[in-house]
Amino acid sequence: MEYGFTTAAYVVAAVLFILSLGGLSGQESAKRAVWYGITGMALAIVATIYGPGAGNWMISLVMIAVGGAIGWVVAQRVQMTEMPQLVAAMHSLVGLAAVFIGYNTEIEMAGIAALQAAGDADALQALSGFAHKIAAKSASEIAVLKVETFLGVFIGAVTFTGSVIAYGKLAGKVDGKAKKLPGGHVLNAAAAAISLILLVMYFNGAGTWALVVMTLAAFFIGYHLIMGIGGADMPVVVSMLNSYSGWAAAAIGFSLSNDLLIVVGALVGSSGAILSYIMCKAMNRSFISVILGGFGGTTGPAMEVTGEQIAIDTEGVAAALNDAESIIIIPGYGMAVAQAQQSVSELTRKLRAKGKEVRFAIHPVAGRLPGHMNVLLAEAKVPYDIVLEMDEINDDFPSTDVAIVIGSNDIVNPAAQEDPNSPIAGMPVLECWKAKQVFVSKRGQGTGYSGIENPLFYKDNTRMFYGDAKKSLDALLPLID
Amino acid sequence: MKIGALKEIFEGENRVAMTPESALQLVKLGHTACIETGAGAKAGFSDAAYAAAGVEVLKTAAAVVKAADVLVKVRGPEAKEAKALREGQTLISFFWPAQNAELLETVKDRGATVVAMDMVPRISRAQKMDALSSMANIAGYRAVIEAGNNFGRFFTGQVTAAGKVPPARVLIVGAGVAGLAAIGTSTSLGAITLAFDVRPEVAEQIESMGAEFVYLDFSEKAQDGAATGGYAAPSSPEFREAQLKKFRELAPSVDIVITTALIPGRPAPKLWTEDMVQMMKPGSVIVDLAAERGGNCDLTVPDQKIVTENGVTIVGYTDFPSRMAAQASTLYSNNIRHMLTDLTPKKDGVIVHNMEDDVIRGATVAHAGAITFPPPPPKIAAIAAQKPKEKVKELTPAEKRAAETAAFKAETRNQVTLLTVGGALILLAGLFAPASFMSHFIVFVLSCFVGFQVIWNVSHSLHTPLMAVTNAISSIIILGALMQIGSGNWLVVILAALSVFMAGINIFGGFMVTRRMLAMFQKS
Repeated sequence: MEYGFTTAAYVVAAVLFILSLGGLSGQESAKRAVWYGITGMALAIVATIYGPGAGNWMISLVMIAVGGAIGWVVAQRVQMTEMPQLVAAMHSLVGLAAVFIGYNTEIEMAGIAALQAAGDADALQALSGFAHKIAAKSASEIAVLKVETFLGVFIGAVTFTGSVIAYGKLAGKVDGKAKKLPGGHVLNAAAAAISLILLVMYFNGAGTWALVVMTLAAFFIGYHLIMGIGGADMPVVVSMLNSYSGWAAAAIGFSLSNDLLIVVGALVGSSGAILSYIMCKAMNRSFISVILGGFGGTTGPAMEVTGEQIAIDTEGVAAALNDAESIIIIPGYGMAVAQAQQSVSELTRKLRAKGKEVRFAIHPVAGRLPGHMNVLLAEAKVPYDIVLEMDEINDDFPSTDVAIVIGSNDIVNPAAQEDPNSPIAGMPVLECWKAKQVFVSKRGQGTGYSGIENPLFYKDNTRMFYGDAKKSLDALLPLID
Repeated sequence: MKIGALKEIFEGENRVAMTPESALQLVKLGHTACIETGAGAKAGFSDAAYAAAGVEVLKTAAAVVKAADVLVKVRGPEAKEAKALREGQTLISFFWPAQNAELLETVKDRGATVVAMDMVPRISRAQKMDALSSMANIAGYRAVIEAGNNFGRFFTGQVTAAGKVPPARVLIVGAGVAGLAAIGTSTSLGAITLAFDVRPEVAEQIESMGAEFVYLDFSEKAQDGAATGGYAAPSSPEFREAQLKKFRELAPSVDIVITTALIPGRPAPKLWTEDMVQMMKPGSVIVDLAAERGGNCDLTVPDQKIVTENGVTIVGYTDFPSRMAAQASTLYSNNIRHMLTDLTPKKDGVIVHNMEDDVIRGATVAHAGAITFPPPPPKIAAIAAQKPKEKVKELTPAEKRAAETAAFKAETRNQVTLLTVGGALILLAGLFAPASFMSHFIVFVLSCFVGFQVIWNVSHSLHTPLMAVTNAISSIIILGALMQIGSGNWLVVILAALSVFMAGINIFGGFMVTRRMLAMFQKS
């Protein structure tokens, strides 16, 4: 009876999880969808604790309560600009949990193998729960179990160190620049090769040490891989780690013969994979080139940029905004760094109160996390129906009076379209230079993350609004009347 | 320096080269101003207004000429005015040096400097002193008003209780400054406006003003306006024929024709022939802005309004800007003031005639006892060369269908290949793996499939909440830990407990933060 109940609960939970992800197709349905997820999770946990194999439920409950309390507090306190590092940190937890669970499986397997070798029938009979299940497996099933466990630990370990480094980079605790140890990707390849050899050895009965060595190798891969990827590629990295944490869960699901784990792991894994794909597509780069770090080689000298960057003062911007009918704001990572979203929101509110059309154009890779800008703007109470995607708004620039670029650079670089030799040639960009006038709020002269000159800044209709984004906007606000 | 404005002596000229407002600006440059009495009267500026602005009002022209270092005028000097100039004096006015060689000799002999407002080069920096453009702008506006005055119907179409009124159809030939101003006025009055120009690159400007560009079916290499400083150049006979053919087609259907076609240094091209006038409906109006240079229409009589036998009114006035003297004077005096700003670089009332400056050099036709016309070509090209416009090739329906079919086939091929390879791999796995593994594997593959289908629909703006929520549900790994925590091995219990702990953080943290984020998304 117990087994049937658990399975039934799992089926319901799986459906709820799928609905929960599907509900994210719209802002309103998403609010409901998150409850589906919560219900699904609660159901799954209750069913498992209640179901076969679980014991020590006091410890479980205490652990969940303590962990939950910490999670709750963190979630309440976190700033929206800190979302990327929070997400990365949470990925690392899933990764580490996967490693632990994999080890547990190995320990149980080893224990049972010892018992079986000793022929201790009574002890085998006395086994309960998870161990009992392992004991019942045939030799070939044990072999498959070994591979599954190995994979689960491997992916979990890579996810763990990768996420820790990603967290460090996003939180500014580790230098955000791409760094590699001497040897570069050869080291990664070597570590991966070692892991593969260890897999074969482990499969053939090499014992626990193979698993431990492999874990260390995987830790190294996760560390070194993410160290080699620079700041602007972080959206891809975070979604990739998201994907890994899902695959880790799925692999653990296989080793534990738990279908719900497999289902959810696969859902999360494919979700992260699709996000990575979308991000790569938005940068017109292959997944491989992002993972291997750095921009692809150029094919020739970059186009000469002629002209000069013309600065403008606050009064000039205010006058143009007061005259404008339609305005498009293009936020980027710089807005998050300057914490300027509240000022942007206030500016938007004032301009809209005057009957002007204000919209936001969001490039898919703006910020450090997929959808990062949307969340920041939502936090600042910018209504989501004026926040548009690149494809929705790109055709509207020619009919726009003023485009304001706040802290973004590469995503508005016309070189992507005009200069076939540019490292970002072919990357889809927001065509803000087609607006009648463009203001660029920027800390100073200089290139963006990719170090590429931006011809936008030299265009006739572009004016540079130098200074800290938040301070500049705050100075601008009283002049809008 | 003292800037003096003379009263225009040309018959019918109402404009004046200095307004009280521009005089104030001149004072800011360190100059003083004087004006002949009554100079601004016809443009609506009284002597009192000038005096109030600090301008010295002098009784006679001779007194002004005597007092001023710089004379400003609208029309070029008459012979007697030119003779009155003295050495070192500067005259700023229209001059048309190419047509007035004799006058140029006179001023050279007098040793005066002449800055011709009609010679200001067409570069961005000089736009503020481009008097031709500001006058053309007024002429274009006035042409439409003049046409409306002589046209017996509404411009805009109306459906009234008394019946339906069709909108007027206006054709504007030549889309220079005057043409574009006429287009703007005409469309804002509600007429259906068509416009033609030999320079195809202005099609965009025409369309941006709300008129329809009349395309010629003609494949000669298009004229590039940039090569001629933004002006039109004469066209080939074949092109002219195609153009006239098009106009003949249009003539019966248009109510108002405004022609503005001019080619620098040539008589106006004849574009609206007598037979076209014959074809037009009675009551139609033609306004010929090129009348001064012979007119674009065969029947135009300069300075007169005539009505043809078939009832078509042809307006050949040559003084449109002067008919709006107040507006024209304001703009012209501003152009003069900008010229003086460039001539007074330090704003200290000292005029520096810098012949190295492109704009000043171009506009100066006589200086220091020498004729400096024609000027050398300016150092900077007036207008960037027109980039050839890429034409998106229009696909025929057949080609489109072929492309679609090809795309469909490629897609099918892709999908089938993927399915075959995937299926083969699964079959291969099935051959070796135990049955218990395969049953889980099926679940896995199906879940991936469901995941891919579901995630594609997630809105871009919700990608961050998506990551948070997938993060929360990936802590489903807690189930594994819960299943192991009942083990008899203490090490397993500890590791499992830690896993439960970490997953617990994740579950609560992930869902909470997602909820927080989603609650922030608000509709306006």
